[in-house]
Amino acid sequence: MITVALIFATGCFTLALLMNLYVMATGPHTADRILALDTMVINAIALVVLYGIWKGTPIYFEVSLLIAMVGFVSTVAYCRFILRGNIIE
Amino acid sequence: MSILAEILIALFLVISGIFGLVGSFGLVKLRNTMQKLHAPTKAATLGVGGVLIASMLNFLLVKNSLSFHELMITLFLFLTAPVSASFIAKAYMLDSVDQNELPPTGRDVRWAGYDDAPEEPD
Repeated sequence: MITVALIFATGCFTLALLMNLYVMATGPHTADRILALDTMVINAIALVVLYGIWKGTPIYFEVSLLIAMVGFVSTVAYCRFILRGNIIE
Repeated sequence: MSILAEILIALFLVISGIFGLVGSFGLVKLRNTMQKLHAPTKAATLGVGGVLIASMLNFLLVKNSLSFHELMITLFLFLTAPVSASFIAKAYMLDSVDQNELPPTGRDVRWAGYDDAPEEPD
């Protein structure tokens, strides 16, 4: 039963990633693209955790924690660049 | 006990998958940027939270080993999602919303981001 639910959830998050990719390619404003990138990072974390459940090893949590940190920092840096034209003033 | 645990984990996985899909679908469907901010910052974050709860339950009930890494990831995501949403909203406002359209702040300083920060009082 867990296997079927895992396949379903993986399909859902894969479809979500494709939608984010579409928004990142077409989004009319730069903020839309940053938002799509941020959501892509969140969905990628979900996929990594799902893979960790599938394999049954706790190794992938460090990976997802690192991806979460890098994603947050990149979102803030990109927004900061749009806002001030500079990242570290 | 085992079948109950499997049902619980599968339920969390299915719910979180649907939440993640709805969040990203809202990103495509909603019209302007300020509306688009609502979907991923709430629904997608909740979806990841569901996956992490399912993972924690999986390791607790099936593998019999308690792990707290998921709580750290959930805490980090729930802390950073509003911050990044606020930053994205600011980036959009500065570019597309005129300062005169915004409501008054009710104090001496105007909306943040449009001007430089006020001087710190000594």
